[in-house]
Amino acid sequence: MDELNDLARLEREALSALQTATEQASLDAWFGRYLGRKGAVTLAVRRVGSLPKEDRPAYGQAVNQLRKRLEAALAQQGETIKEAALAAEMETGAFDPTLPGRLPNVGRVHLSNRTLREIYDIFRQLGFQIYDAPEVESDEYNFELLNIPAGHPARDMWDTFYTTTPGYLLRTQTSPGQIWAMREYAPEPIRVILPGKCYRYEQVTARSEMMFHQVEGLVVGENITMADLKGTIVAFVRQMFGQERKLRFRFSHFPFTEPSVEVDMDCILCGGKGCRVCKYTGWLEIMGAGMVHPTVLRNAGYDPEHYSGFAFGMGPERIAMMKHGIDDIRYFFSNDVRFLSQF
Amino acid sequence: MKVPLSWLKDYVDIDLPVHQLAEKMTLAGLEVTKTEHVGEWWDREKILVGQVLQVERHPNADRLLLADVAYGGEAPLRVVTGAPNLLPYLGAPEPGPKVVFALVGAVLIDGYDPARKRKKLKASKIRGIPSMGMVCSERELGLSDEHSGIIILPEDAPVGMPLVDYLGDTVFDIDITPNMARCLSMTGVAREVHALLETPLHIQWPKVKPASLSYTAGDKVNVVIEDSDLCQRYTATLLENVQIGPSPFWMARRLSLAGMRPINNVVDITNYVMLEWGQPLHAFDYDKLVARAGGGKPTIIVRRARPGETMRTLDGVDRELTEDMLLICDIAGPIAIAGVMGGEETEVMPGTANILLESATFEYINNRQTAQALRLPSEASYRFSRGIPAGMVVPAAQRAAELMATSAGATVVPAMVDTYPVPQETRVVEVTPQRIQKLLGADIPPEKMVAILQRLDFSVEAEKPLIANSLLRCTVPWHRLDVSIPADIVEEVARVWGADRLPERLLPTTLPPQRHNWVLEAEEFLRDLLVGAGLQDIIPYPLTSLEHCSRLHPDGPAPDPADYVRIANPLTPERSVMRHTLLVSLLETVQYNLRYSERLAMFEIGRIYLPLPSGRAEEPHRLGIIMVGPRQVPAMGVDDAGKLFTFADLKGVLELIFRRLGMQDVIFLPTSHPTFGPQVTAIRQGKREIGVAGVLHPLVREAFGLSQLPVLLAELEIPPLVEAYQKPLQLRPISTFPPIVEDLALVVAANLLAGDVKAALRKAGAPLLREVELFDVYQGEGIPPGKKSLAFHLTFQSMERTLKDKDTAKLRQKILRQLKKSLGAELRR
Ligand SMILES: [Zn+2]
Repeated sequence: MDELNDLARLEREALSALQTATEQASLDAWFGRYLGRKGAVTLAVRRVGSLPKEDRPAYGQAVNQLRKRLEAALAQQGETIKEAALAAEMETGAFDPTLPGRLPNVGRVHLSNRTLREIYDIFRQLGFQIYDAPEVESDEYNFELLNIPAGHPARDMWDTFYTTTPGYLLRTQTSPGQIWAMREYAPEPIRVILPGKCYRYEQVTARSEMMFHQVEGLVVGENITMADLKGTIVAFVRQMFGQERKLRFRFSHFPFTEPSVEVDMDCILCGGKGCRVCKYTGWLEIMGAGMVHPTVLRNAGYDPEHYSGFAFGMGPERIAMMKHGIDDIRYFFSNDVRFLSQF
Repeated sequence: MKVPLSWLKDYVDIDLPVHQLAEKMTLAGLEVTKTEHVGEWWDREKILVGQVLQVERHPNADRLLLADVAYGGEAPLRVVTGAPNLLPYLGAPEPGPKVVFALVGAVLIDGYDPARKRKKLKASKIRGIPSMGMVCSERELGLSDEHSGIIILPEDAPVGMPLVDYLGDTVFDIDITPNMARCLSMTGVAREVHALLETPLHIQWPKVKPASLSYTAGDKVNVVIEDSDLCQRYTATLLENVQIGPSPFWMARRLSLAGMRPINNVVDITNYVMLEWGQPLHAFDYDKLVARAGGGKPTIIVRRARPGETMRTLDGVDRELTEDMLLICDIAGPIAIAGVMGGEETEVMPGTANILLESATFEYINNRQTAQALRLPSEASYRFSRGIPAGMVVPAAQRAAELMATSAGATVVPAMVDTYPVPQETRVVEVTPQRIQKLLGADIPPEKMVAILQRLDFSVEAEKPLIANSLLRCTVPWHRLDVSIPADIVEEVARVWGADRLPERLLPTTLPPQRHNWVLEAEEFLRDLLVGAGLQDIIPYPLTSLEHCSRLHPDGPAPDPADYVRIANPLTPERSVMRHTLLVSLLETVQYNLRYSERLAMFEIGRIYLPLPSGRAEEPHRLGIIMVGPRQVPAMGVDDAGKLFTFADLKGVLELIFRRLGMQDVIFLPTSHPTFGPQVTAIRQGKREIGVAGVLHPLVREAFGLSQLPVLLAELEIPPLVEAYQKPLQLRPISTFPPIVEDLALVVAANLLAGDVKAALRKAGAPLLREVELFDVYQGEGIPPGKKSLAFHLTFQSMERTLKDKDTAKLRQKILRQLKKSLGAELRR
């Protein structure tokens, strides 16, 4: 029977074609060519009807077996291809994890602003609100209402930029914000911090800037004591610099507070043993503070017989310098990208 | 203020180690910023008090001497020296002066080394004669830079004593705050130490013995205070037959340790008394005053300067005086600027015999203004300008007279002239212990408070029995000008009690009414957003110059200074006005940084300053953005390396801001702006202009010295952003039905804005047309000249049902009809 020979030939041809199919797409094409609706095997099945009756069982059986064998071969080849693909994907030879990554472009929050945020966060937890005040100030707010009359020797403590309008200046400190806040809130109790830029008529050097930030704190109420001042500052410093920090309050002088203190923290670099940064004292000055002077309370609308308060002021740049080992304040406002991009 | 402890110990006992004393003073408000140990490095065995026994000439050198020095060793040693101040003892039969003797092996400063290095002294032969040690100068011991002769010690210096025991000292450098002006004196510091240590105080009232003469000072001089508002008290002490010469060793030594250079006994005594009592003094040559009075009795007149008056001060400068300056005058005119500087004509000179010594007090604010106006800061005016109690005037004058008698051979004329028109009032402050306790939050026992105040020389009358609400009547001591209200008393108690002994307490948990700071919150939100978008946060100076401002208007008129907040005393012209725009600060920052980086993308959130007629300024907040250079940091594997930032990058950042704030009504409109080139847009929200953005004008770029790269700049007002930030974002409903996305290309006039076409599409397609996205702009082949093709993705979607193709086909027809009508748009074929 020639037809059986045809089947044998078809099988040889199909199997050899299958060997050359090495990916899924060529398997699909092979399937169409041999086993699909119009494939060679399907056509061969249809030939049964044209055969003599006695040949039909043998041919039918042969073509069915052929079909089964080709299906099995297809499945086999499919497995082989999958394994080869998996093996190829798992090939590690060319991978080099030390090649550079492709960085997304991101900026940084300026270190002063970052430090301000840290300060805000701590004081927010302590129930403080954040209050804004102007930078172009009057002599009255910046000095007189803060108990620093014209000609007073305490004025030597601030080298001032004056504007060309007599009686106006760039604020030398955030303290005039105390007056703004108190005049707005009186007679409510107050618990605010006042951040912002301040200006001093000072040559710009590694240690001094003509502009810097300050964060002033102000608490006014009916029973505010120096113990509250100490407690608040201790809570702040330990959160900002670590629970193990030691603090020292030493009496000092600011015209707008009485008593006034400077707050020193044990040096974070040498732990109090003495080093260049703390000028071998073991202490770093971190803020000035005090009980709001009765004259200032009165000037701002609170009767000092019934109200008391405390205030403090600190410099975020100074704090950042201590925390990050920065030895030159000029980096902050020259905005040198080589500096900014490090934080 | 430099305080040698050996001097301080004259007035108060010290029973603490030096570092503990420094700590205690520092905590109580006398900050010891430096502790200097004088002579700490002097070898106890090898640097000793010696005595020159005999002086001979060096046989082989004219300028050199041979001195035999006793130093406590078995036999004197012979040294070769060039000290000119040993010449007077050459060949003298009597033993010579006490000196500082250094044995071979001692470490001394090399007096000829410009770097003043220390060196070990070696045995040497000088011109054939061995030198067995050295007699030392002040420079060699590090005491001063004096090197012209050797140190001559007082006659009673004990030979053989280690020098460190004889001359060694500890000097505190104390930072004196304005309220502590009383401690600009040894006695003032001593009173504080007494209060802190509770050790005995021995400040002695001066013991002056006037000569028995037939006349008093009042017979020889008159004093008239014309302006008693500026001079509360003026005394004149007359000292006759003064022998001007060097000061005694101990006085010169103390002045040096305190940082003042010894000059001569008269000058040194006035300085010594100033350091001891805090009272500056001035010495006039009495005979010159007599001459000016035409030979008669001089009259000292204390008055303000008259119009046009001038005087030559003792530094040889002719001073123009103004009418608010206080002068010391005689009938012939001014002889000193009160408390600031003396006049040249009546200055004490080497030949002066009779001295009129002024001890007075001047009004501190006026004194400070005069010293500042004349730019004549001095130790004297530093003290006057902080206030001197009138009670200090007399003991200081008496102390000076005492020293003039003992150290300058002066005859003290009896009874100084004391003119005291405005007696110092005795102040009494009333306070209860309870009030002190309440302000400090500490239960300091009332009797401890009283004891502290008494140690500070207050006299305290307390209601009996002494309990928390007993009234304390505290009489302020005459030497304290800084105490007048209860808070001052609280401070005194707290200072001496110690801040470390005050408790710590947390604030009550009940909070004052809480308010948002929306501006700050919105700004922090923007900061995070922009940092995430790849921009660097910067903080430049808001101070700039008019010249820089004018660069922003290359064609425009020069900026009007009146529009700016200007600094009257700028440090540099580059920082002399407050900016009107953030653009100038952004450009300054980029100019600085382009040296280090070719790619910059930065923003600032800050204020601008617009002067108000009152003198204050309006300080609106702005956001500024600047971008220049490659879009991507060039790196391996970065695809669009080398592609520069374009306007689209800047606009993308702005769109991001508006999207994140839910500002759907913001539009970008073409505009013109002097700082920008042709690519510039006005940013509007409704009718309100809220900012500008674009590519920097090439001439501005050149004026700021920037490279040829395009510079993208934007400035936005912050308030609209804060408003948007405060409004909660509203959900746009999400449809559960599938969208149909179709493309539509329209041919329109080339000058038509894509934004207008998009808006017209949205309007025509509403509400089923949900999204319109422009994806291509094309001009060229197939498009008629003067036209362009805009291709959009249109997304149709319904909230109620699944759209069918025929729905969108209908809508498309409607859209085309309407756009043809309103914009002349044609479908591209
Ligand atoms: Zn340290």
